[in-house]
Amino acid sequence: MGLWDSLMGRTRPKQANLDALFGVPNAAVTLETTLGLVPTGDGSVCYRGAAGVAFAETERDLVELIRSTGDAPEVRVTGDGFGFTWVEVDREPGSGTEGLCTSLHAVNTSLEAQGFGPGLLCTLITFEDHAGRHMGLVYLYKQGTFYPFAPTGGQQRDNLLEIQVRDALRGELPLEEDLSRWLAVWGAPGLTGSS
Amino acid sequence: MATSRFLPDRGLTARMTLVMFLLGGLFVALIVGVMLAVRSPGLAVIVGIVGLGIAWYQWYSSDSVAMRAMRAREVTPEQAPELHGMIDRLCAMADMPKPRVGIADMAIPNAFATGRSPERSVVCVTTGILNTLTAEELEGVLAHELSHVAHRDVLVMTVASSAGIAAGMLTQGAQYGALFGGGRRENNNGLPVWLLVLIVSMLVYAVSFVLLKLLSRYRELSADRAGAYLTMKPQALASALQKITGEMNAIPQKDLRASQAMNAFFIAPAIKGVSLRTLTSTHPSLEQRLEQLAKIQADLGRRTP
Repeated sequence: MGLWDSLMGRTRPKQANLDALFGVPNAAVTLETTLGLVPTGDGSVCYRGAAGVAFAETERDLVELIRSTGDAPEVRVTGDGFGFTWVEVDREPGSGTEGLCTSLHAVNTSLEAQGFGPGLLCTLITFEDHAGRHMGLVYLYKQGTFYPFAPTGGQQRDNLLEIQVRDALRGELPLEEDLSRWLAVWGAPGLTGSS
Repeated sequence: MATSRFLPDRGLTARMTLVMFLLGGLFVALIVGVMLAVRSPGLAVIVGIVGLGIAWYQWYSSDSVAMRAMRAREVTPEQAPELHGMIDRLCAMADMPKPRVGIADMAIPNAFATGRSPERSVVCVTTGILNTLTAEELEGVLAHELSHVAHRDVLVMTVASSAGIAAGMLTQGAQYGALFGGGRRENNNGLPVWLLVLIVSMLVYAVSFVLLKLLSRYRELSADRAGAYLTMKPQALASALQKITGEMNAIPQKDLRASQAMNAFFIAPAIKGVSLRTLTSTHPSLEQRLEQLAKIQADLGRRTP
């Protein structure tokens, strides 16, 4: 948004950038080979639900849509303490991240097609290693960047693992350079924090 | 393909542009008026530059001055994790830099945003608002304040007030001139120069006062719109406004006066104007704001064909 628009008070909602999500399958391979982090097959999309009947219908339709695709993954819709909604897609571990990304992308596109794209906050794809460490790769829709989030129980993050992940993925995915934007998402689905 | 539910309010934008244009014209009129009255372009230019300079200084130091005036303190994410978490998420949705966060120890439920640029701004809430509102309502209020930051309202309002500042200065200067130089330098019409300057500057001051209030109300409506679209919950902001304005009238007069200087940046004015309300209120009426929020609610809930 330009300076002129901002002075005129016409802040249009920022539209989400959806395409970067398809870089995740390649990144997942890199993470597995370099850091031993394996995708758990779970992912989720976090968005702000709008008031009104149009949104409720869109949400119902998109859950049905994901349930009907491919290997019929399990879908759950939950709310969090900040008033955001999480759509959680559970697939079998080891089923690869391509299918997961397709499911998550279906959530994005159906919200966007109905004009709710500005409500998308982030998407989360979870990984774990054999030591029981959990790591979520978070995609910020508005910035179009990824960052790692590795909770270690309670309200603690494993910053070293996060920086390792960033260094491993540099060049594969657009990564968030501004560390102050590495928003913690405590209690996000699939990342309960306790390992 | 992707539809947008954000419908720009062209009427509001047009009215706002007109008011800003008039304020700019007023500034020019003041300078030209002084130039004609005292027949000295140099003095008029100095008046103009000083007026702009004071406005610039107010804008430049707005964050620290406002924080001091409200006796607010900056809080870290550790001290106020929920407030920071809410602002973090709103900024991530709006793709804007995160402002600093402050809390003012006041019973009046209110919130304000200030600072010279989005990178150097502060969003401040009172303890009163934290105790009064639910999380959802507080988020609506924060989105409104973040919209003020995104719209650079502090810049707009202070620049817009420079004509009024210069005129106010001249009014005092002309009275001073009446005491010491009165009668000595008369022009052809027989009217003393100081009287001419006094009339021009008081006129400009009065007009700019009304225009500024008008502009301030349009900026508030804009911030309501942008905030409601950001949170996608116009209802939350509406109920927050109702709670805040409803309680504000019950606060004793003494407390209200203490925060008069900050009124222009508050979410709801702490002083309820009674006379000339429509002309001089810095904030739109509650009904006007609720009406606009209801319209946004309808746009968000509309089924796409």
